[in-house]
Amino acid sequence: MPFNLLILACFIYVLLLFMVAFWVERRAVIGQAKWLKSPLVYTLSLSIYCTAWTFYGAVGYASRSGLEFLTIYLGPTLVFVGWLWFLRKLVRIGRVQGVTSIADLISSRFGKSNLLGVIVTLICVVAATPYIALQLQSVTSSFSVLAGTLTKGWEQPDTASIAFWVAVGLAVFTVLFGTRNLDAKEQHPGIVTAIAVEAIVKLIALLAVGIFVVWGMADGPMDVFERLQRADIAGWEIKPSRWAGLTFLAAAAVITLPRMFQVMVVENDNEKHLATASWAFPLYLMLMSLFVMPIAVMGLDMMPAHANPDLFVLTLPLSQGQNALAMLAFLGGFSSATSMVIVASIALATMVSNHIVMPIWLRLRSSTSQNTDLRGSILLARRCSIAAILALGYGYYELSGGSSALAAIGLISFMGVAQILPSLLGGIFWRGATKLGAALGLSIGIVVWAYTLFLPSFGPDEALSAAIMFNGPFGLYWLRPQTLFGITGLDPLMHSLFWSFFFNITAFFLGSLLSFPNPVERLQSAAFVNVFEEDVPNPSRWAQGLGEPESLLIMAQRVLGDEVALSFFSAAAGAQGKVGFLPDTTPRFVEQLERRFAGAVGAATAHAMLSQLAGGKSVSVEDLMAVADEAAQNLVYSQRLENNQHELTRATRALREANSKLTQLSVQKDAFLSQVSHELRTPMTSIRAFSEILMTVDLPSETVLKYATIIDTEGARLTRLLDDLLDLSVLQSGAVRLDLQMVKVQDLIERALIAASQTCPERVFLINRNLAYEQIFIKSDGDRLVQVFINLVSNARKYCSAKLPELAISVGQKGGHLMIDFIDNGNGISVEKQELIFEKFARLTDESKAGGAGLGLAICREVLSNLAGRIEYLPGKGGTAFRVTVPLYFPAPKD
Amino acid sequence: MKPKASALFLARSLYRKRRLSDAAKLLPIFGAVLLLLPLLWVHQSAPERSSTATNWVYLFIVWSFLILAAACLAKSLNKFEDGNDQALAENVSGRTPKSGRPDAF
Repeated sequence: MPFNLLILACFIYVLLLFMVAFWVERRAVIGQAKWLKSPLVYTLSLSIYCTAWTFYGAVGYASRSGLEFLTIYLGPTLVFVGWLWFLRKLVRIGRVQGVTSIADLISSRFGKSNLLGVIVTLICVVAATPYIALQLQSVTSSFSVLAGTLTKGWEQPDTASIAFWVAVGLAVFTVLFGTRNLDAKEQHPGIVTAIAVEAIVKLIALLAVGIFVVWGMADGPMDVFERLQRADIAGWEIKPSRWAGLTFLAAAAVITLPRMFQVMVVENDNEKHLATASWAFPLYLMLMSLFVMPIAVMGLDMMPAHANPDLFVLTLPLSQGQNALAMLAFLGGFSSATSMVIVASIALATMVSNHIVMPIWLRLRSSTSQNTDLRGSILLARRCSIAAILALGYGYYELSGGSSALAAIGLISFMGVAQILPSLLGGIFWRGATKLGAALGLSIGIVVWAYTLFLPSFGPDEALSAAIMFNGPFGLYWLRPQTLFGITGLDPLMHSLFWSFFFNITAFFLGSLLSFPNPVERLQSAAFVNVFEEDVPNPSRWAQGLGEPESLLIMAQRVLGDEVALSFFSAAAGAQGKVGFLPDTTPRFVEQLERRFAGAVGAATAHAMLSQLAGGKSVSVEDLMAVADEAAQNLVYSQRLENNQHELTRATRALREANSKLTQLSVQKDAFLSQVSHELRTPMTSIRAFSEILMTVDLPSETVLKYATIIDTEGARLTRLLDDLLDLSVLQSGAVRLDLQMVKVQDLIERALIAASQTCPERVFLINRNLAYEQIFIKSDGDRLVQVFINLVSNARKYCSAKLPELAISVGQKGGHLMIDFIDNGNGISVEKQELIFEKFARLTDESKAGGAGLGLAICREVLSNLAGRIEYLPGKGGTAFRVTVPLYFPAPKD
Repeated sequence: MKPKASALFLARSLYRKRRLSDAAKLLPIFGAVLLLLPLLWVHQSAPERSSTATNWVYLFIVWSFLILAAACLAKSLNKFEDGNDQALAENVSGRTPKSGRPDAF
């Protein structure tokens, strides 16, 4: 098998993944990806637990240590089978709190402390870097096995460059699909589906090799069983401490590994999927390990003694001349490596950017720029973090030189991340756990882990000098890394497991018992521990009166982007019984907003940003009392009463608003009646006067012509006014006939601009458009839409107060609707008047200046409601801004 | 089932669901015990040099049993859950149900 063919196979495989991810993202954008959110895809995505370490390493592990390899899969089986204990609560908390990573969860639980976020992030990066290097190594060694054995030797591939290009390719893929957008919940449907596909590939590959080995090389299962009884590893004995310890370790790691947390909690779409995964994921693990032992036994039997058992999955088929099978196995290993690297780097990049890069960046720039769009910087931080993490992994691979030290790194890495477990479980089950306890536990645990296991794993005189290894630091014999306090009988791994957890848990408890939590921490502890209890008071974390809604909206637009922020605000306003885009800044609303922010930048940063607006005052005394255990019982009732009172206040306010609107309307109506009478009467008077003159006196013909012209003009004005009124009444009655056609948005806007240029022709407007976005055909009534556009453009021409007037027309699509914004750079419309402008006869300025009867926007609104669309005033855009929304295909698609 | 018996018990299905989730919570503990069982055999059967093969078979049988049991429990839990999400959620959180609920135990 030539080297080039291998490269080609990899390339085609990766291309396939790209296509899957791309296609899925497209479907997800138009909301047609229901089946993607099935429990099956969820379960398959969990399979990133099985990395190349499983795919190749499990056979090697089994060849060396017999059944012990099974502990790595039995631990997670117990965790998933017992999903009601931990996983369900984790997933619920993740959903309720909008958690983006395990660092975010810990930081959010312990008072949104960024310090803890940083510690967890560092732990994860340190533990995952060697693991990523291990994946790169597996790819390169499988490359060289497959290419090396089949060419004559002169075409030996350059392994370093393979690792390099694999790392670059993975970085590109991850950046493309992992940082396409900032979602509220950090979900990546494209990547998850690609991972699911890879899960199937690796399962099929390993099963195929297994079936070939059992039925192709041996004579069926009984023969394998016989050989197993005869083989050297038959006499292998279970070491009780390792068996129990490794099962525990794997169980801990499956909860705390950043990549597992990402697919299990962050990408989870529906809690019920967890129920399916509770048996389907153990089933997957069992299938993956089913043939490991037979392959190991046959490998030990048939292969030469010096063969590397880690590569039996590849070398066994090759030794039998099964090149196609070997290729399949190679792709299986390749997919296990790539899927792990992709998800791990996304998870780590989210942590690094949210907890390390963004806080620093915000601190550096907080004073200078208020108006920049933060999303760009966040995405850039993510992308750089992904590249940096892969570069770290590659650098580690280069430094360790692909040595055998890497092979042992799997369990070492597991134990590193498992140090998060005490703080995690303590955090979600124990109200008394505090920030200090978690910080102490985590740091001491990771230091002990590094000292007793990670650093010694490089061998004497590599990371730790031989003197320290054998005599202890400063000659303190009892501090020797692998026999702390003179305990010698233990296996190094178990030794480190025992001591790191001993110190970790002790520090966590002592720290928690002796320290006092701050207010935010107490609130968060209640929210986490009691996540399933609906009737416990859930006080908001914000005091009343947090800034103006408009300034919140502007900040939200910076973080979430215009569209998302606007729809979020209008939904919140709707929930409060208000119309428009600006809800009241109730504590509840600010809290929702904070969670939404947390999805984009992490809990700690989100909290810091909003506290800045609130002036640092975020928790009220009442809120604290509500979570204090003693007061909680009594407060349930008062909380409910208070809630009812809030409801009443809201209803009263809505009524009051409606009432004042009605009063204003009545005033307007009176004004309009007199206005209409006036408007009708003025032309009428002149028509009558001139026609009387024409009747009575004998006049020269040119004077007759002049008077007749005046009568005609006045008549036309009357007709126009009456036309408008008639139009409005027809539109309101819904009896209007629509002329539905496919029309191009660009043409409509162009027609409107030309027609509206007759209004105030002396003013020169700068029109900003993006023609590329206007190349859309919609099915609607073009003439009616043009009528609306003309109205909006002429209004801008008439009322825009800027010296150098500009008008921006931007076109966008969302959920089957077309949205066209008309934004000028004038003064805008004040909040109290925004509600009135769409009413009939409303005019904000002096009537003389306006020149119309005040029917324009009312007609627009009726036209659009006939076209199943709507027109709204857009706040927070600087000038006056209107948004026209119409369905792409009339009649509107049902939501 | 006799109609007489069901009349004695309020919210029978809720009770059933609580016991199901109890079972689901016990399953991993039971599984852990079964998976640790080979530790006890080791010292007696060491001379025969057959522990790996028999243990392999034993472990996979336990494994399959755990998967099957989890699947059955998950199916029935999901079926119940469609009816009433709330009660289960309370139960899962590990709090003792508050008084005044006749079906609590």
